[in-house]
Amino acid sequence: MTETRFADLPAELQEHYLNMQDDLYDGAKDEVVEATRQALEWGQGPGAILAHGLVAGMDIVGKDFGAGILFVPEVLRAANAMKAAMEILRPLLTETGVPKIGTAVIGTVKGDIHDIGKNLVAMMWEGAGFEVRNLGINVDADKFLAALRETNADILGMSALLTTTMPYMATVIERLTEEGLRDRITVLVGGAPLNPAFAEDIGADHYCKDAAEAVDTARKVMQLRGGARG
Amino acid sequence: MDKLLDFLTRNQNFVLADGAMGTMLHAAGLTSGGAPEEWNVERPDVIKGIHQAYVDAGSQIITANTFGGNRFRLMLHNNESRVRELNLAAARIAREVADTAPREVLVAGDVGPSGEILFPLGTRQPEEVRDAFAEQAAALAEGGVDFFLIETMSALEEVTAAVEGIKSASDLPIAATMTFDTHFRTMMGVKPAQAVNALYDLGIVVMGANCGNGPDEIERIVTDLAAAKPANVYLIAQSNAGLPKWKDKQVYYDGSPEVMADYALKMRALGVNVLGACCGSTPEHIRAMREALGL
Repeated sequence: MTETRFADLPAELQEHYLNMQDDLYDGAKDEVVEATRQALEWGQGPGAILAHGLVAGMDIVGKDFGAGILFVPEVLRAANAMKAAMEILRPLLTETGVPKIGTAVIGTVKGDIHDIGKNLVAMMWEGAGFEVRNLGINVDADKFLAALRETNADILGMSALLTTTMPYMATVIERLTEEGLRDRITVLVGGAPLNPAFAEDIGADHYCKDAAEAVDTARKVMQLRGGARG
Repeated sequence: MDKLLDFLTRNQNFVLADGAMGTMLHAAGLTSGGAPEEWNVERPDVIKGIHQAYVDAGSQIITANTFGGNRFRLMLHNNESRVRELNLAAARIAREVADTAPREVLVAGDVGPSGEILFPLGTRQPEEVRDAFAEQAAALAEGGVDFFLIETMSALEEVTAAVEGIKSASDLPIAATMTFDTHFRTMMGVKPAQAVNALYDLGIVVMGANCGNGPDEIERIVTDLAAAKPANVYLIAQSNAGLPKWKDKQVYYDGSPEVMADYALKMRALGVNVLGACCGSTPEHIRAMREALGL
């Protein structure tokens, strides 16, 4: 199912979505929920609302976070607003059978408790059309592997914020290799102390510096996979 | 005058602290994701050895191995009921090393973040976090630390909870650092000048920056801190030894002892009073810093 392109929407709907994006940016949860209901009343599909209102809005939030214009509190408030709107849209999306673009497993590695960025990525992936299994914090290799097998995942996302936990990402990647799963899973890593060279050295496929990049990267990964399959 | 300020005064307002514990423990065989605080009981010899190596290198302050010693962090390792045991053990090990040192060495009780986001942004009530820090502080005080070092903080709400919790448990001095690793602000968006004002309002007069993205960034941050601080505030700087890299299945930091020696001179020139280092630093780095400083 292809959503109507934003540019092809009637002017008043465009304005509605732009306002919705502004409200999301400001973390105005009630307004975002109201705008979601309003759009549904006007006959907009859940996929369109997700794409033009929520995901487009979070893309801006993500970019401004990456640029140091927004910081974690603002991003969290925006994410909470998106979450509230998703509660309304999720059942409708399931009903209308919007096709999944892929399946992803995500978690904060063993010994680490930080989950702000990871949860944001999980939500953005979901918004982008991925089926996401969010394993939470303090996730060990066994738990990652079990979830990857159960969901037949395409993508694994790992987060770490501590010097003492970032090496655990390498441990998980090693286990993927040992168990013969490495070739069919694309590994994305992120977290404050990481850098692209570190990600490459531990054998991850991609380093994502923020949630917006994690979404772009995941989309590209699926396009490449689709291309390979086709 | 409190013990920490007195110590600073007697040392012409410049003392050398220690370097990393976590990355030293990894080098000693702690598995990634393992609980560093468990080693206070299971491998006290290793912890003692690390403290001793820092004292030998010239550290005048050593930091107990209790960064993740609050109940929220210990919960990850099912150790939430061992707060007193693990903090007490850590404080005693450091105390023993300090007391046998050839010169005066103070012991800092390390108080790291809870990892929780406080209400209303998150779900955790400030009282719960305050209680957790009080519990940790009581054990550290009992084990004989000289002062508390609240470190690596990113939210002012959490620093407030930590200061209040510690004060409810002990009268010992409190120093605090925040980590300005996100575009020269903390992850939560706190600017250096904002941190100075907020910490000062909490009654903290020994404060600064730790961890982060290496000596170059810390230089700019400390410059901002120095410009914003009231005259009676003492500054702390504890930079990581560069940035993390991966080699031979281990994390290492790319800042050499020479790089950190250069950092030490720059920090002193900027008016830092308590100078140490964070992730990736070793006794070798501290020794190079001491030599460069002519201490």
